[in-house]
Amino acid sequence: MLRGNRFTLITSTFNLQPNIMEVLKIATAGSVDDGKSTLIGRILYDTKSLTTDKLEAIETRSKANGFDYLDFSLATDGLVAEREQGITIDVAHIYFSTAKKSYIIADTPGHIEYTRNMVTGASTSQASIILVDARNGVIEQTYRHFFINNLLRIKDIVVAVNKMDLVDFSEEKFNAIKAEFEKMVANSNYKEQNITFVPISALKGDNVVGGSANTPWYKGNSILEHLEKLDAQAVYEQGQARFPVQTVVRPKSDEFHDFRGYAGKLYGNDLAVGDEVTVLPSLTKSKIKEIYFFNEKFDKASRGSSINVTLEDNINVSRGDMIVKTGEEPSVQKQLTAKVCWMDSKNLVGGTKYLLQHGVNRVQAIITGVDNVLAPDFSGSEDSDDLSLNQIGEVNIKLAKPVFYDKYAENKTNGSFILIDPQTNHTAGVGFIQ
Amino acid sequence: MSKELSVNPLEAEAIHIFREVVSQFEKPVLLFSGGKDSITLVRLAQKAFWPAKVPFPLLHVDTGHNFPETIEFRDRLAKELGVELIVRNVQDAIDAGKVKEETGKYASRNSLQTVTLLDALEEFKFDAAIGGARRDEEKARAKERIFSVRDDFGQWDEKNQRPELFDMLNGKIDLGQNVRVFPISNWTELDVWSYIEKEEIEIPSIYFAHKRKTFVRDGMIWSAEDDIVYREEDEVVEERLVRFRTVGDMSCTAAVLSDAVSIDKVVGEIRESTISERGARIDDKRSEAAMETRKQQGYF
Repeated sequence: MLRGNRFTLITSTFNLQPNIMEVLKIATAGSVDDGKSTLIGRILYDTKSLTTDKLEAIETRSKANGFDYLDFSLATDGLVAEREQGITIDVAHIYFSTAKKSYIIADTPGHIEYTRNMVTGASTSQASIILVDARNGVIEQTYRHFFINNLLRIKDIVVAVNKMDLVDFSEEKFNAIKAEFEKMVANSNYKEQNITFVPISALKGDNVVGGSANTPWYKGNSILEHLEKLDAQAVYEQGQARFPVQTVVRPKSDEFHDFRGYAGKLYGNDLAVGDEVTVLPSLTKSKIKEIYFFNEKFDKASRGSSINVTLEDNINVSRGDMIVKTGEEPSVQKQLTAKVCWMDSKNLVGGTKYLLQHGVNRVQAIITGVDNVLAPDFSGSEDSDDLSLNQIGEVNIKLAKPVFYDKYAENKTNGSFILIDPQTNHTAGVGFIQ
Repeated sequence: MSKELSVNPLEAEAIHIFREVVSQFEKPVLLFSGGKDSITLVRLAQKAFWPAKVPFPLLHVDTGHNFPETIEFRDRLAKELGVELIVRNVQDAIDAGKVKEETGKYASRNSLQTVTLLDALEEFKFDAAIGGARRDEEKARAKERIFSVRDDFGQWDEKNQRPELFDMLNGKIDLGQNVRVFPISNWTELDVWSYIEKEEIEIPSIYFAHKRKTFVRDGMIWSAEDDIVYREEDEVVEERLVRFRTVGDMSCTAAVLSDAVSIDKVVGEIRESTISERGARIDDKRSEAAMETRKQQGYF
């Protein structure tokens, strides 16, 4: 029994204090040697986020490697294999904060064989930094990085033109790269994307956290100044309220004998007490009776909150069901078409069975066919019967039971799924519903 | 006036993870050390399932070198929650000859915990072990997944981790495998302390400034209250005003000089601090890859 213990007594005033800040998740993409790890290290250093012991460790390693400068990339390259090869091979998460925001950087590797990690990092991010080497300009990798950011519909992209110190901080060079990048953007059909170009030197610190005396011709913000101005909440996906039920809370205690709460995380628009709702798949109708967060009742909850909801009517709801506002029902289908990014060494081919996990809901799925492979440079698609590791293509899937989905463009969470290989239990791919 | 819930994204994420654990696994357990991170986990678990009680037991792997204040606190908390507390002792593994106690100046039982932990998971057939590790603690931890699959030997295969996309967690495993779950992966040390302050969560007294008999070695302050930390004759014991930033095994947890006697003062100190909390953990300093090597062997 929780009643009477000190935890339940002191929570009568649940308010967010100013010390719980806005959280902004950022993905980074760049090719080998574009200086991505150096950029992150520089951000950590200039925001005074590196602690003395971490700084000492970097100094020791830099000296041992024979550098006469601080190799900030050592702050993020975590695994032994990476330090040996000098490359980043998995997603690492890096944390820092300013007075305004908490930041989480998903440091994703840029080489061609690790597309899956980039997609993974970008899937939880609201903004993205793409690095371009000022000496090389837009290269094949840049197309791929932008393509993935585009596929995942990352709202805000910073194109960091790095190593400006090696091209004499040339405005012409910067403008040429910008023009080339914008040509690529013209091929994208996601027009709401905000793209900001910043000339930087991660090694020297120009326009990373503060400004730069070397680029008097650049009137825009530094990378951090730009990120500070972003509204983390506003860059989340919009769309109608979706409340997938994770678990049914039935305490069966004396005090809460008949309590039956539906616990889950809310996506899309607000949900409020009194809202007329429909439960999927049964299509049963009811009204929101109460919205609990822990032991406190609220009239309204917004997206991203992990709440516990009760309904006016005693109806049968279980894990995997979805509560939505009546009149705002999503598609309920046993068939879907999606862009799939393949993440497994065993190719995806038609006729094979996978478990499809859509939110918290799992259903048996059979791949009816692979249509094509998308060229990651917006140049179109090629017919194909299978998808190999790191390829992205259009796939048709048949399901044993219907799922309740939106298009990815309308609701990211409710428009995406993963495919689980029933033999290995591995997450083999991710899909974006069309 | 309409009362609207404000979202703390880190808290909402942790609650979501807890609810996935109880839904996807048969027999989860919360690894409870008595430290601030596991105490925070307990609060989040309460929030995830209220008004039902926390639906899994707590497991403490006791090195026998814990601060007495932590043990007292642990027992009281479990009793108040009304959940089962399972304690398994490293001493038993030593007595059974399964592990060999380290000796000398830097002797610690910290790495010996792994065997006792794996034995306990096996004994109770736990398929998910929830822990308070955070990605900001250490470089190898920065790559850890939220659902981290371990093989039959408890090993972490860092090169073959499952990608985690959006909020979707894949906890499907084969018989014999288990998953380590880290609901506060994305929290920083400051996030945890701020949360403890905001929620007025009680924590063991050693987290606050107190007078303690201590000695200094390698620029770090060690407890000399009892004989657990090995001390050489020329290492002088002095009473100092200190507090602890983590409460691991006494033999590898150093104190910091502090006059922070209340939670707001501790949070203030953390904000100003330029040494990471693991900087006071000698077990990570053994080599640059110390944590990664221990994790491959099954360390939590």
